[in-house]
Amino acid sequence: MPKPFDKLTANAAPIMRTNIDTDVIIRIERLVGNSIRGTLGKWAFGSLRYLPDGSENPAFILNREPYRQAEILVTGPNFGCGSSREGAVWSLQEMGIRAIIGSGFGDIFFANCFQNGILPIVVDKAIVDSLAADIEATQGAGKVSIDLEAQTIVSPSGKRHTFEIDPRRREGLLQGLDEVALTLQRDNEIRAFQSADRAVRPWIHFAGKSA
Amino acid sequence: MEKPGRTMLAKIWEQHVVTRISEDTDLLHIDRHLLHDLGGSRGLLDLKGRGLKVHSPELTFATPDHAISTAQGRAGTSKIGLELLASLRVETSASGIQLFDVDQPGQGIVHVIGPELGLSLPGCTIVCGDSHTCTHGGLGALAFGIGSSELTHVLATQVLIQRRPRTMRVRFEGKLPLGVTAKDLILALIGRVGAAGGTGYAVEYAGSAIRGLSIEGRLTVCNLSIELGAKMGMVAPDEKTFEFLRGRPYAPQGEMWDRAVSAWRQLPSDPDAIFDKEVVIDVEKIIPQVTWGISPEHVIGIDGYIPDPQMVDDPARRAAIETALDYMGLKGGMPIAGTPVDWVFIGSCTNSRMSDLRAAAEIARGRKVAAGVRAWIVPGSENVKREAIAEGLDKVFIEAGFEWREPGCSMCLAANGETVGPGQRSVSTSNRNFVGRQGPRARTHLASPASAAAAAIAGAIADVRTMGR
Repeated sequence: MPKPFDKLTANAAPIMRTNIDTDVIIRIERLVGNSIRGTLGKWAFGSLRYLPDGSENPAFILNREPYRQAEILVTGPNFGCGSSREGAVWSLQEMGIRAIIGSGFGDIFFANCFQNGILPIVVDKAIVDSLAADIEATQGAGKVSIDLEAQTIVSPSGKRHTFEIDPRRREGLLQGLDEVALTLQRDNEIRAFQSADRAVRPWIHFAGKSA
Repeated sequence: MEKPGRTMLAKIWEQHVVTRISEDTDLLHIDRHLLHDLGGSRGLLDLKGRGLKVHSPELTFATPDHAISTAQGRAGTSKIGLELLASLRVETSASGIQLFDVDQPGQGIVHVIGPELGLSLPGCTIVCGDSHTCTHGGLGALAFGIGSSELTHVLATQVLIQRRPRTMRVRFEGKLPLGVTAKDLILALIGRVGAAGGTGYAVEYAGSAIRGLSIEGRLTVCNLSIELGAKMGMVAPDEKTFEFLRGRPYAPQGEMWDRAVSAWRQLPSDPDAIFDKEVVIDVEKIIPQVTWGISPEHVIGIDGYIPDPQMVDDPARRAAIETALDYMGLKGGMPIAGTPVDWVFIGSCTNSRMSDLRAAAEIARGRKVAAGVRAWIVPGSENVKREAIAEGLDKVFIEAGFEWREPGCSMCLAANGETVGPGQRSVSTSNRNFVGRQGPRARTHLASPASAAAAAIAGAIADVRTMGR
C-alpha cells in the first residue's frame, strides 16, 4: 500500500535532459529476480551516476551536495519514456525521491508513480525551466515546497505555481489508497459484467474450448 | 441531431466498461492477461502475499521469454533466470494458468505468441507487464503495457482503472517504395512527431499503406507505438485480419467464429468519427530508415547524414545531439551508410516473425556475413522457429554465417546476459536504441530485418536497395 503524500518541502535536483528513458533510470539486469525490492536505490541512473570503473561520476548532479539530498526531481521533457518496468519508480523511491516535476512523462511510468505514492507533476515547460533556474541559483541549497491539497509548488525564490492533477489520483495519494482493495469491493459488479459478457462474446471467455 | 461517429477506440472501450469511476475514468474489463518470466511469478507471489487468488485464470496465459537463454539447449540461462522459470512454472500451475513452456509449441516472445495462437483477437482488451503490448493492436485489439502494481491489480480483479486516452489517427497513404517495410514506416513517423508525439494518445493507424500491409507488418507498426509515447496503437480489423486468425488454436471455431467475425466487422471507426489529432504521412517519400542516436526519434533515411550539432542553433537541441553522438561514437555531418558494425541482431517482438525472417533470408541467401561481424537470428517463437526450419531458412542463415538461435527476447533488452559489448556497434531489428539497452555502453542502430541483414553482409550500415535481387 502506498504511503500517503500531502506536503513536501525538500531539496530538488534538475535533470533536464530530454527523453530520459526507464532503461537509463534502472538497467534491466538489476530487475531480474523476485527479491529485488530494497536493492535498487544505488543503481538508479547507473549509467549517469557511475563511471565505467564503478566509481561515482562527479559530473552527475545527484553525486554533488546538496543535490544528493534531493527528494524532488525537476525533469526534462518525456522523462520516464520507454519500458513499463515499475523498478524505475522503485529505484527512484529507494534513493529518496518523492515527487517529480516535468513538462511530460512516459504514460506507463506516470501511472506507476501513483501506484507507489510518488507524485509526478506536469506543468508547462516554462515553469519547469524557471524552477530549474531558481534551484540552480541557490546551488541546490534552496528548497522546493509542494502542497498536493492546494495543488501548488513554491520555488526557492518564493515563486508560486499551481498545477493540475486528476482528482482521483490526488485523492489516492492524499489518503494512500490501496487500489486493489478498493476494486475488490466492486467484485459483484465485475462478476455480473463477466456473466453478461459470456453471452455476448463467448469467444473471449472460452478460449480454446470451442473446438 | 445525429449521433457523431465513434472511433474504434471508443467502441472497444465502451464494451469493456464495468462501471464508471469518474467523468473520464472507467473500470475496464481485461479479456487477456499475458504473463512472462520477468514479472509473472512476482505478481503471482505478490497476490499470494496479500492472501488473494487469481480472479480469472482462464483469461490469463504465461510464457517464459525475457530471462531465458536463446542458446541451443537454453545453455547459459543464469541462475536467477532459472529460478524465475521454475517459479513461473510453480505459480502458474498453482493458480490454474496455462503456461506455454520452453521447447513447446506456443512458447515465445509474449507479443509474438498472442497473435500466433489466436489468443489476441479484434476488439479485446489485452494487458501485459511489458510496454510493447501495444503490438497486439495490429489485430484491432486494445492492448497496452502495465507496471507491476497494475499487473497485480489485474490478477486480483481482472479489471483496471483507466483514464480514457485522447485519440490520434495516423494515415499512411501511398505505395511502399522499394526496400521500405512496416518498420521503416513507423520509424519515419517517430522521426516526424518525436518520441513524445503520441504521449497521452491511443493511436489508430490507417490509410492505404496500412491496409496493404500484412498482419505481421501491422503488428510491427503497432509495436513501436510506445516509442512515439503512445501506450496503445491499433489497426482496424479487416478480411486480412480474419484470414490471419481463422483456424488458430485459441481463435473461435465453427458457429462461434461466424458470430465473432460479425461482431468484429462493427469495430472500425465510423467514417465521420473525429480524432483529437490527425497526422498524414506520404509513404512514397519514405526510404529505408536507420537510427543514429539514443532515442528512436533520432532517425534518418539510409542515404542521410548524421546531424551536425554545429549546424543547430537551439542550445538544448545541440547539446542533446552532442550527447547522443558522443555515446554512439559518431561524427556529425558524416553519411550514416558505411558506418562499420560489430553485431547484427534480427529478432524481438518487433521483427521476429516469419515475414521478417523471410525478408532477411532473401538478402542473406548465397552471401556471407562480413568478417568480424557476429549476426544472430532469434526467431520470435517456437512455432516460428519450426516453420522457418521447415522452409529451410535456418540453413540459408547458417550457410551465410549467421547464428541460428532459440526463441526469446534475447539481445533486445539483454535481460538474459546476451549483450552487445561495451563500445560495440549493433544494427538491430528491435525497438529501442536507448543508452545501454543492448548492454552497458552498447551502441544500437534500429532498422528493418532486410536492412539488418544487409548490414551483416556489408559489415557496415548499408542501403538494402542496392542489395536486392
